[in-house]
Amino acid sequence: MNKAKYVKGDKIKISSLFPPGHVRTPFFIRGKNGIIDYFWGTYPNPEELAYGREGVPGHPLYKVKFKQFDLWENYEGSPQDSLSIDIYENWLEPIK
Amino acid sequence: MVKPRHHDMGGSKAGAIEIVEHNYEMWEKRVDAIIKALSSENPPLLSTDELRRGIEELGPGIYDDLNYYERWITSATNILLEKGCFTVKELGETMSVIQKRWLKNGRKLK
Repeated sequence: MNKAKYVKGDKIKISSLFPPGHVRTPFFIRGKNGIIDYFWGTYPNPEELAYGREGVPGHPLYKVKFKQFDLWENYEGSPQDSLSIDIYENWLEPIK
Repeated sequence: MVKPRHHDMGGSKAGAIEIVEHNYEMWEKRVDAIIKALSSENPPLLSTDELRRGIEELGPGIYDDLNYYERWITSATNILLEKGCFTVKELGETMSVIQKRWLKNGRKLK
């Protein structure tokens, strides 16, 4: 089991990768910045489970919060608007 | 240019969502039961992640042509074939038997 690398409040970037396969990281957040909001626990890797494998070691899963403003061009809502998505740690990169 | 895969629709242009009550047909209930039975084995013969992967692999044309439970049973069939749970020939023969029974009972094919 992989130990969680991030804690609440850490700034991260979603990896800008575009592989085929069963990917749980939506396209529209790849390469975007977000903040760790919650650590859900460690779960078997769905990218492996999708091909009939066991998905071990498990991957830490976080609730990551994004500003809507950062996600969409010409966003017209409040700058406070946010979006939370559950993302596995293998898709996160630290921002210094 | 990289583009999202067909099922990865977040942020695409779309109209309002049509919310309607829906009665499930008997075959849809059967599909649901088959998937539940396959996934409740330990280890599962078919996991949720495999089922989803199979649906994602249907691609733009078929993905849009099939309804929800048609996507489920198509994906499940392909994954069980991959795993060798039955052969292509066995599947074809069984489909033919069911089709004949279906037509004999006065029903039509879709």
